[in-house]
Amino acid sequence: MADDPTPLKPQCDEALHEIYHLLSGEIDDTKRAKIAEHLDECAPCAEPYDFYAELRKCIQQRCHDTAPPELLARIENALQHEPH
Amino acid sequence: MEHMSSLYSGALRMTRNPADAEDLVQETYLKAYRGFGGFEEGTNLKAWLYRILTNTYINAYRAKQRRPEESDLDEVEDLYLYRRLGGLEAARTGRSAEDELMDLFTEAEVKEAVDALPEAFRMAVLLADVEGFSYKEIAEIMDIPIGTVMSRLHRGRKQLEKLLYDFAVSHRLAEPVPDPAS
Repeated sequence: MADDPTPLKPQCDEALHEIYHLLSGEIDDTKRAKIAEHLDECAPCAEPYDFYAELRKCIQQRCHDTAPPELLARIENALQHEPH
Repeated sequence: MEHMSSLYSGALRMTRNPADAEDLVQETYLKAYRGFGGFEEGTNLKAWLYRILTNTYINAYRAKQRRPEESDLDEVEDLYLYRRLGGLEAARTGRSAEDELMDLFTEAEVKEAVDALPEAFRMAVLLADVEGFSYKEIAEIMDIPIGTVMSRLHRGRKQLEKLLYDFAVSHRLAEPVPDPAS
């Protein structure tokens, strides 16, 4: 469990606040480099970052469904009846 | 049929019903076929198909996506799930955080948690965190301003953390933690 809920430095605050945006690839290169540098040297920030990276992977993997094979046949059949 | 499983997964999360999801995907491909002239070469085909899927869903199911029921959502603080589950990690067992999370949440639970989000938030989270679309693409797919995408993601993601935590507690995999703010 994280011991101290209050980040120590302003850089921590920024890094923690941007975790989701960083994981979504929505942070520009300059800012990303700055945050990456901070994560390298600050374990209390790197830990939650890794946690949310894994959470994102977990959600992605768990929400994947395979379309039933008969759906493909149904759609192909419907498309054949479309005017060309 | 390109992207069919991705579209089917998305349709399932939107409709929460396999029969409706199949109809929705079929309708999407028919509309895409008829409207293929509207697709710009070199742009993202999956995003274009998702836009058709989303519009079809909203029209067919009269989704109230423009009026999310914000009152349904409690305020959830930053790092909610990490502060409660982060300590379960590796240290004790030597396993990775990924294995830990995958053990903690079954496929059915993650889907149930996503499905429990109010619609507008569910769609934003689905498009960003499951399908990996950029915020700009989501704004185009859902036809809403990018600022709205971000605020829905912000609240939807936090709410999802809370729902997942409730699962962990109900399975006695995590001890209930008193609200750190109080």
